[in-house]
This record gives sequence, C-alpha cells and structure tokens, in this order.
Amino acid sequence: MSREQAMVAPAESRSYYGRPIVKEPAWEQPDVPLYLFLGGTAGASASMAALARATGLPRLARTGTLVAAGGSLASVVALIHDLGRPERFLYMLRVFKPTSPLSVGSWILAPFSALATASAASTLTGRLGPLGTLAGAGTGLLGPAMCTYTAVLLADTATPAWHEGRRELPVLFAGSAAASGAGAALLLVPTTETAPARRLGLAGAAAERAAGHRLEHDLGVVSETYRTGRAGTLLKAGKALTAVGAGLSLLGGRSRLASAAAGAAYLAAGVCTRFGVFAAGVASARDPKYTVIPQRERMARNTKGAPAARGRPS
Amino acid sequence: MAECHPVGFQWVMEAKNRGAKIIHVDPRFTRTSALAHEHVALRAGSDIAFLGGLINYVLGNGKEFRDYVVAYTNAGAILREDYADAEDLDGLFSGFDPQTGRYDVTTWAYEGADPAPAAGERELWVHPDEEHGGEHHGRSARAESYGSGGATVHAKPIIDETLEHPRCVFQVLKRHYARYTPEAVADICGVSTRQFLDVAEAITANSGRRRTTAWVYSVGWTHHTVGVQYIRAASILQLLLGNIGRPGGGILALRGHASIQGSTDIPTLFNILPGYIPMPHAHQHLDLDMHVGLDAGATGFWGNMRSYTVSLLKAWWGEHATEDNDFRFDHLPRLTGDHGTYQTVYNQLSGKCKGYFLVGENPAVGSANGKLQRLGMANLDWLVVRDLQLIESATFWRDGPEIDTGELATEEIGTEVFFLPAASHVEKDGSFTNTQRLLQWHHKAIEPPGDSRSDLWFYYHLGRIIKQRLRDSTDPRDRPVRELTWSYPAHGPTDEPDAESVLAEINGSGPDGPLSAYTELTDDGSTSCGCWIYCGVYAGGQNHAADRVPGSEQDWVAARWAWAWPANRRILYNRASADPDGRPWSERKRYVWWDAEKAKWVSPDVPDFEATKPPDYVPPENAQAEDALAGNDPFIMQTDGKAWLFAPAGLTDGPLPTHYEPHESPVDNPLYAQQASPARQLFGGEHNRYNPVGSEVYPYAFTTYRLTEHHTAGGMSRALPYLSELQPEFFCEVSPALAEETGLEHGGWATIISARTAIEARVLVTERMKPLRVRGRTIHQVGLPYHWGPNGLSTGDSANDLLSVVLDPNVHIQEAKAATCDIRPGRRPRGGALPELVREYQRRAGIEGSET
Amino acid sequence: MSESGYADAQPRMGFFTDTSVCIGCKACEVACKEWNLVPAAGDASDMDLLGLSYDNTGDLGANSWRHVAFVEQQVPASRVDNLGMPAIGAPEQEDEAGVRWLMSSDVCKHCTHAACLDVCPTGALFRTEFDTVVVQPDICNGCGYCVPACPYGVIEKREEDGRAFKCTLCYDRIGDGLEPACAQACPTDSIQYGELDELRERAELRKQALHDDGVTEARLYGDDPDDGVGGDGAFFLLLDEPEAYGLPPDPVVTTRDLPAMWRRAGAAALGVAAAVVASFAGARR
Repeated sequence: MSREQAMVAPAESRSYYGRPIVKEPAWEQPDVPLYLFLGGTAGASASMAALARATGLPRLARTGTLVAAGGSLASVVALIHDLGRPERFLYMLRVFKPTSPLSVGSWILAPFSALATASAASTLTGRLGPLGTLAGAGTGLLGPAMCTYTAVLLADTATPAWHEGRRELPVLFAGSAAASGAGAALLLVPTTETAPARRLGLAGAAAERAAGHRLEHDLGVVSETYRTGRAGTLLKAGKALTAVGAGLSLLGGRSRLASAAAGAAYLAAGVCTRFGVFAAGVASARDPKYTVIPQRERMARNTKGAPAARGRPS
Repeated sequence: MAECHPVGFQWVMEAKNRGAKIIHVDPRFTRTSALAHEHVALRAGSDIAFLGGLINYVLGNGKEFRDYVVAYTNAGAILREDYADAEDLDGLFSGFDPQTGRYDVTTWAYEGADPAPAAGERELWVHPDEEHGGEHHGRSARAESYGSGGATVHAKPIIDETLEHPRCVFQVLKRHYARYTPEAVADICGVSTRQFLDVAEAITANSGRRRTTAWVYSVGWTHHTVGVQYIRAASILQLLLGNIGRPGGGILALRGHASIQGSTDIPTLFNILPGYIPMPHAHQHLDLDMHVGLDAGATGFWGNMRSYTVSLLKAWWGEHATEDNDFRFDHLPRLTGDHGTYQTVYNQLSGKCKGYFLVGENPAVGSANGKLQRLGMANLDWLVVRDLQLIESATFWRDGPEIDTGELATEEIGTEVFFLPAASHVEKDGSFTNTQRLLQWHHKAIEPPGDSRSDLWFYYHLGRIIKQRLRDSTDPRDRPVRELTWSYPAHGPTDEPDAESVLAEINGSGPDGPLSAYTELTDDGSTSCGCWIYCGVYAGGQNHAADRVPGSEQDWVAARWAWAWPANRRILYNRASADPDGRPWSERKRYVWWDAEKAKWVSPDVPDFEATKPPDYVPPENAQAEDALAGNDPFIMQTDGKAWLFAPAGLTDGPLPTHYEPHESPVDNPLYAQQASPARQLFGGEHNRYNPVGSEVYPYAFTTYRLTEHHTAGGMSRALPYLSELQPEFFCEVSPALAEETGLEHGGWATIISARTAIEARVLVTERMKPLRVRGRTIHQVGLPYHWGPNGLSTGDSANDLLSVVLDPNVHIQEAKAATCDIRPGRRPRGGALPELVREYQRRAGIEGSET
Repeated sequence: MSESGYADAQPRMGFFTDTSVCIGCKACEVACKEWNLVPAAGDASDMDLLGLSYDNTGDLGANSWRHVAFVEQQVPASRVDNLGMPAIGAPEQEDEAGVRWLMSSDVCKHCTHAACLDVCPTGALFRTEFDTVVVQPDICNGCGYCVPACPYGVIEKREEDGRAFKCTLCYDRIGDGLEPACAQACPTDSIQYGELDELRERAELRKQALHDDGVTEARLYGDDPDDGVGGDGAFFLLLDEPEAYGLPPDPVVTTRDLPAMWRRAGAAALGVAAAVVASFAGARR
C-alpha cells in the first residue's frame, strides 16, 4: 500500500484505505432525480388545479390537471426505467409496507397518477365532467403527499447527507415542489389567472431557501456535501434560479414574458435542487468520513455518563 | 504456514489457544507472522547462521538436555585425529579437492571405524560417464539414496560419555559454533541481538524433560545451495534440546504440494525405489547381493533391506521373480549418473534427452530459470503434458516469452507436444500422503469431464497397450515389461482401474493374504510388497487409509484417523520419549514406556521399537540388523541406533552445517574466507550466467514464495475465476524505503532484472517488507510470488525466470529463495529490446560472455 | 416473540467472526461463491490489482458475500509486545514502528432491525425462521432501495441482472442442519456458526481471555442488542476500531427515525396544502 494508506492518520476519521463504508445510492441518474422533481411538480400542480377549479380559474385548473397527469406519468416512466422492466413496477404493489417509503410512495404515486390521468382525460375530452372533477379533487388531496414523500424516501437511508438531513429534506422538497408547480403554471397560464401561482411560488421559494440553508450549515461535517462539488454547484444554481423566479414573478408585473420566464426559472431551480440533493447523497456515501464522524460524534454525546460505547474495548 | 498450509495452520492456532508461543522466522512478514507472537525478520539465505547461533547459545549456556544427548545421540563419539573442521580451514572441512569441487569424506568418520568401504564406495561412484551424464555425476544422488535410514557406518564408535574428550562430537560441535554469537547473528541475519536472545530463551525454556518445542519448516528451507544443511542444523538443535521422538517435538516438513510426500514414498525421483530403497547403480550393483551388501546397514532395521527389495521385486515381476534369477533384479533400471531435473534440462539442450513427460508439473513457470526450461523443451522430439489446464509448459512454443523476444520461433520448434487432460483429485479415487506421513484416502465425487482421465488410468492403459505390442517380442530388453505384473480390475465406461487394488499391491501379501506389518516381509520370495513402509495400510484386507473415526470418538493420538507409515506410527523414533531405562522423561510428556510386568513397551501410539526388547538389552557380538541395537538405542533405522549430531557419512558438503552465503549474495561471509558452499553444484551456459557477489549492478536481494490464493505454478488456480480474482496479477513487494530509493510507486510497475532475464510486476509498497542492517549496510529485499505465466485468467511474468540454476549438491535442489537483482520503475522492454537490456546489465556487471 | 417478530419456534442463528484467529486465507470467500453460485469478477478487465494489501475483493457486494479485509498498520514497537503481536526489527530499528496485519472476514450482519428489509417495497427481503434476513430473487424488482438503506454497505444490485443480492446465511444449508459454507471452510474457526445466544457467551469469554493475555484492544462489535440495529445476527471480535476495518462505528437502522420522518413529511405536506389554500385565499387576481 502507499505510504498515505499505510499510515492512516489517527485523529479525525480512520478508514479502510479510504474506501466507502455505505454503498452509494443504486438509483440511476437522471431517472431518480427526475422522478423526484416530476412527482413534486405534479403534486403541487394537482392541488392548485383542484382549488383553481373550485375558485373558477379554468386555465389554471386545466394546466394544473395536465401537468399533474403528465408529471406523474413521466415520474412512473422514470421509475420504471430505473427498475429496468415495466412489470417490475407492478411488484411495488404486491404489498403495502408502511416501513418502506417506496411502498408508501408507490401507493401514493399509483392512485395519484391514475386519478390525474382520469382527470386529464376528462379535461381533454370534455366527457364525464363530474367524475373528472372528482378525480381532480382526489389528486388535489394527494398532491401535498406527492410533494414530500420523496424526502422520506431519501432520508430513510444510511446515505449520510440524506439521513442527517431528514428534518430539512421534507421542507426543502415541499418548498421546491410548490415552487415548481407554481413555475409550471406561471410558464403555461396567462397572467390573468396566475396570482395564486405567484404567491405559492414565493412561499415555496422561501421554505426551500430556509431548509436549504440549514442543510448547508447545520449538519456538521456532512453539510460540506451540500456546499461543495457537483452538489454545491447544482444547489447554488438552484438558489440563483429560485431567486430569479421569485424576483421576476414579483417585479414582472403583468408581463406574460416575465411570468413565463419566472416559471421557467422555478422549474429549472427545481431540477437543480433535486439533482443537487441527489449528488450530495452520492458524495456523502463515497467518503467514509461522512459516515464515521457523525457516528463518532453521536457516540461521544451518548457516552457522557453512559457505559462504554459500542466498538470500544470494554 | 498460514500462507501455504492454511488448513494445517488450524492446529498452530489451536496450540496458540492452549498457550503455545508461536515464533515466526521469515524474511517477510506474512499471514503467518500476523498470527504469531513474534516475527523474526532475517535475511533470506542466512538461516544456518541463525540456527548455528541457537546451537551456540544452547552449548555455551549448558542448556542442552544432557541425559538425552548422552544416551541417544552420537555426542560422545570420538572423531579421527586427521579430521579438520571449518574452523580450522577457514570454511572448508578436511578432504576438499579444489580441482573437482568435491570432498573425500574419509576423515569425517569415527575414530577406529574402518573407513575403507565407504571411501571405496565413493571412489566407485565417482565414475564420469561420457555417455549420459554431466560433470556432476560423481556425487550424484548419493546422499538421497540412503533412503529413510541414515548412511552406513560400519562400526560403532568409541564413546566418551563425559563428552569431555577434545575430539568427541560434542566438543567439536562446541568449537564449530563458538563464533556464532548473538552479535554474529545480528551481523549476518539482520536480527537484533535482543530478539535473537528472546527466541533463544523461549525455545530453551520450553525444552527439556517436561516441555518440548517443535520446528516447522516449508520448502523455503530446502531451496538453497545448503538446503540439506539447513535441515541438519535444525536437527542438531532439536537433538541437543531433546525434542526428537517426543510428543510436541520434532521437525515438521511442510511440503509444497498435496501428496508430495507420497511422491517420494512411491517415488517420482530418479534415484530411489519405493520405500527409499536406493536405485541400483550400473557399475556397482551388478546383482542383488552387491546392491544389498553395499547399501544395507548391517545393523538397524535397514539390515532387512534384502527382504524389502525382494518383496518389491516380487510385487513387480510376480511369478517371474525367483530365487534362481535373483528375483529379476536385472530388470531394474540402473543409474549412470545424475538424472535430476536440471541435469535433464541440460541434456535436452545438448540433444541427449529427446522425450519428456510432464505430469502435474509446469517447469516453464515453476522451475528455476524458466528460459532454460523452455529452451530445453523446445529442443525435444516429443513432450507429453498431462495436466488440468493448458499450462505454459504445453504452450511455450506458441506464447512463451522467447517467442516475443525472437529467441524462439514457433515454426522452428520441432517438439511434438501431446496434451492429455487430467482428472483432478475429486474426480478419482486415491490417496494423499502429506507431510505427517498420513495416507488419507479420497473417494471420487464426480466423473472427470470430457477426455480427462486419472493418472492411474493413463499409466495402466499405456502399460497395457505397450505390453500388448510387445507380447510376441523375443528381444531380451523387452522382458522387464513383458513380465511385469499388470492386472488390475477396471470398471465403468472408461475402464478406470481400481485404485484400491493398487493399494493392496503396495501393502503386499504373503501366503496368508494381505500383510499387516513390514516385519512380516521375507527375502525368500514368499512375500510381495510394493512399498515396504506402506505395509499394513491394507491389513486384514481393509483400506485403513480410509479410516475416518472422528477425533472426538478416540484417544488423543487418533490412530484410527487414516493410516501413518510406518506401521500406523504417529511419532517416529518415539522410544526416545522414554529415558534409557524405559521410564517417561516426565509425566507431562509421557508417550512410550516399558511396562516391566507385561514385559513390553506400551503407548497410545505404536511404539517405534521392538515390542518386547527390554531397555537393558545388550546386543551380542556380531548381531545383525535390529538385533544389533541395544534396548536404549531409539533411532532404529540408523546403523548405530543413535541420532547424529555429526554426520560421519552421508553428506557431500560437510559433516556439520556451516554458514555459507547464497551463491548470489549482496554481502561477504564474515565467518570464513569461503564465501559460498564449496560443494554447491554449478552449471553454466549463456542462459545461466550468475550475478557476481556484492555486485552494484544487481544490488538487491530477492526471495520467491507462494500466496494462499494460488497453487505453485498456477496450473490449478490461474484458470479458475474464483481463485484468480483473489490475486489477479503478478506483483512484487518492496519496503517504503526501497520504493523511495528506486522511485517505485505503489500500484505502478517495476522491472526486475537479473543476469538471466528481466520481468515486470505491479508494485505493492508495504511496511511488511523491512530493510535489514547486515554487515553494516542496509540490505533491501524484494519479495516475488512466483505463480504467474502468460496463460489463464490471472497472468503475469514468471518470477522464477529470474533465478539461476545452482543446486544443493546432495539433492540437486535449486537455490530459489535467495538471489540478487536490480529493480527499477516502469514496465520491461518488449521484443528484442528485452534480451538487449539483460545483456546491457551483464556488460556492466562484467559477466557478458562468461561461461562459468 | 423475539424482537424481530418470530415466535420462538427456532433459536436465532448467526455468525461470530473472531478476527483474532483469521489468517486471511479467503477460503470463506471461495466457499461462499461455490455454494451460492455467486459470479466471479468476470472478464479479464475486472482482474485488477486493487493495491489494498492482499485484498482484491475490496468490499461486500452483490458478487462478494464474504470479504476479507487486510489491515496493515504500523504500531509503536513498544506497543507491539503489549499487544502480543509480532514485532520485527534489528537493533538500530528497535525504536521504530512495528507492523501488524489484521485480517477480518466481513459478511452481512443480519441485523435484528434490518433497514434493507424494512425499506424493501416488495417484500422480497424477508426474515426467516432462523431470524436471518434473506432476499427472494424471484420477488425482488431491482428498486435498489435496500442498497443505500444498509448502514453497513452490504447489499448491492448486480449490474447485469438488476436485482439485489447478499449473504443468505446459507438459508438452503442451515435448514438441512448444515453449517453455512464459509463457516465450514474456515480452517481456524474464525467464522463460527451457531445459536446466537451461545455465540454471544462464547465471544464474551474469548474477549476476556484475550484481555487476560494482554490483548486489551480486543472488543466485540455488533453483539449488543441495544445498539442502533438491535444487535447483529453476525457479530465480530475486532482488534481495532471498527472503521479501521471499514465498518461503521455506530450504525443505526434508519427506519428507527421513520415515524418522525413521516410526521415531518406530513407536516410539510400540510404546509404545502396550507400554502396552496392560502395562495388562493387572497384576491382572485
């Protein structure tokens, strides 16, 4: 072995020749980050659509319905592509397992995408209006869950950046999904009906920013993974795009172009955020110090006054 | 041991668990070192200095087990007045002839012993034969041919039991090793005096009446120009400490290959017959009487050699072997000189040897100086390779390194190569005899695939077909084959001969059926036995090699697990575990003792002594064979019943182990003017040039070895994915200091150069390789596992290609464990540039064109 | 009921891997692959020297269910003797560092609370009657969730296949009363198979014996039922800190935090709902 490897520094964090302890997420890119993004966008859009229908904003309702359907179907496609074979998605529905966020998610995603598709079909064909509205209401109710279950999906892993960020990720994903859903509306709906979307976008951006800041600074050594490397670049871009989206939606007045640009910026920000979070997870799994140091710190906290820590001579 | 014998190492771990201290002496820090209490890193090739230091420590501090030494060894024997020791002659013993490079051993005999037969015998042996051999015939194979007993001494020595006589062995020994001080050991071996003394104290404290120490060595000890003397040095130490023939003692040889012990018991060696009966010589052993008369010890159990030999001849030629025709003694082949493997390669090169069988052997990778091996094989008429895989020795004509360098061209190689796929051990019935002399039967688990067949199938049917062809021959030279007993029941779709029927033949039979002990063998032709030391393995018509009573269901000696030769005896010479009066040396180490009431020896093992010969038995005048040994002579295969601290006969290179440097050494010999063993066997030729001693061109020492993950030359491992992936390619091991000095990078490539060739290897920089301080200098050692060649899944250059052919003169084994080289970063040149690089080094070292 | 949910029909079975007697022969790796038909590294391009001492396996994964780690360490010469570990060195080098070489055969821990099993959406991963954790390859849909869920980095998707694989503790052998292949092949009994309770007692005695011999660094790993995964079905005696062997010092089953995470996600979802409602609550334009 090389001298660096042979003489492992005793302080900080030791490792087995610098090899990772936990495995990197087995999920493919771009499939799974896109799945996260599309699902969230669809969820927020569906909720908006349901309320828009109720409050008499037909274009917002129509667009939201179509985005919810398209987004959730694309999300399913992304998942199937990751699984490799279509029938493997059906295996997701063999059982319902509350301990598995992916099982729970599948049971959210499957009815959501079915209802969203029905609602969209009704909207497009103009048939079975009441049933379409009912389906739309269903997707509207499931929408918020679509926005946040994916955060648990990531956080319920041993991937340090995700698990350590388990408190922040749901807020981040909720905010990001709201901004993205709003972004789709801003992009596609005339400004006469986008006021709610504008407001939702701002709320989402604020929530995303707050959670993002905590991820970048409050997770100890693991926060490095959100600030540096590919994840850092993507998340910085996401931050900037969110700011652009928010600014344009506030300052653009009634300009259709400014509104569309704001929407596009929100959507791009959503993509960057999801890819960034994913990248942070990969980076945190690759370097064993992100596994070891938080655990050692936890042990040090727990051993104050407690019996000898595990893995120590006793 | 953990590296190469991991399964056997479980018992070391068990001993450790019970409180045994494990000391590992090895140039490298291996998996064995990792589990030992102490690792002693010494310079490769310096073991006799280390062992000699221990002997000196024992003698200098009066730590020997005096009662044992006086009673059971030749410590008190008086040597001749004209014997001169290495101490007197600066590294030579008396009798050395610088012209021939050989010793006349006359002066090594005991005082008063008639040396004439031995000396005369040697003169006869020195008989250059222009027809078949090389210059080395003279001493060929003599030492090995003493078989499982020692050499013959034709008289009992004069003994001084006080061990005070200045010419007694004990005093000679003391003088011989007096300069092997801890400081000398440190200077030669690179072992600190503190560590040396730790070891010395540990083994002496753990030896004596109540305790015993075991030494375990692997083939690394035998791969030296003084390999035999390495083992002798350990023997002397163990005898002085009373650790032979006692439980927990001994010198345990771990051999290199499954059933390698078996392949010397039933030999694949040229100079012995089954059971270590010497192969007759063309010019000395004209008939059975001469053969037995010259070689049988008149006293001791070798005194019965005639019975063993006649029974062997009966097993081979059956009804055709009768008293009238000397039991067909004339049918046996005869030696005309050295027919050892390296001499054979030179005979191939010179065109004398035209055909070659390789059976489970891959010399293109596994033997020293692979190029010489490949060039030899390229000069044959035909070559038969029986192996599990297409090994390098079967494909050298196509992908050997010499094809790339242009030294050989496929279309110019005339050798016709026959490759015959072999069955593995799980695909056939048979037995393994491993290091502990245990015959363990294995049953066929599955049929061999395709055309693969067992060796037994191959030789049986080959013999059958040859016999058929010669059926009507009247040529007298065909009679040995025509009269050979060759009937084994064959069965199954492939006509596989019954392996158990062969075991039965080896066991032997008499008028009453299967024999149960070699003491039943006779010289009148009424018994037959294929290998006298295996006699009893089929006692009662039962295959005892297949005995498998678990250890938990029998006593601790576990005599019903498999069968140990001879006579299912688990510890040899175990009479030595009792004192001369037949009482155990201590209760703790009780093993064999004389039961006066029953008037017999008793033991959980089979006593290695005549069952009813009392301890106070004194042999009458002119007694023969075992009757000539006293009741307190435990070493019953020796003519004098004693273990030899000093070897008055039997060795070609000195009666006492002496530190000589390896032939290729980075340093001088501080003890004697004589640098290397004077009797070592040198060869020459443009492909076997030697690196000069202390050469700055080849400044580093290297040693070769094996890894757990691969098997010897790779035929059984490099084609298997599960093993290959564990060690996927050839690498060398170097210390961080050497890496720094030469610019080697961990994971990068190195080129390693000797006067023979240059090879490349990936680099493992590791703290486990430690530079040593020797002769006031830092000596770096390069570690080279030797498993690789171009074939298979896990590939690489062959480390053995770097080695020269230079041999131990007793047994013709190559010095593979200590040589010199240069190492530098980067890959080796390709094509013709490779030999050019080697020649450039030779030029710089001043050896280009040398023919030694 | 046991903690893992099975009625006590059958004692829990497991491994105790005593690394203090491991000789690094890798027989466990080979025996495992032979019995379980685990693919080899494959073509020659995968046959790369890793340069991790004698370890060319690297880690546990879909195609390596046992992995022998080789930890080369320099230790102060003075400490060497105390550890009962070998020392090397000539007089001039006495003050220099000694070397020790730790070997350890790693394997799936068969956690009491197994994250892989918890997160598996299909039920492909299940707990057997021996309290071991096994993947059913005919159910696995290759979602890969178990891979990042495992706090030890054990389970992995097989590239050419897409499904996840790991040690089964030789489910098809132990049901017939046989030892797992690795344990049977281990020459020094470094890998011991048996009833977990008995193994834990044996391990405690072994640790004590080593401490009495001055090997004070010996410690058990994964034996504690109160640890973050509820104790391992396959636990170890180590001679250094876990991370030196590539093991996490204090692993937790992440589903331990799942209720909190769901609450958090629920709250966030409510937040989204509230935000949507609020955004419509104001003026229509």
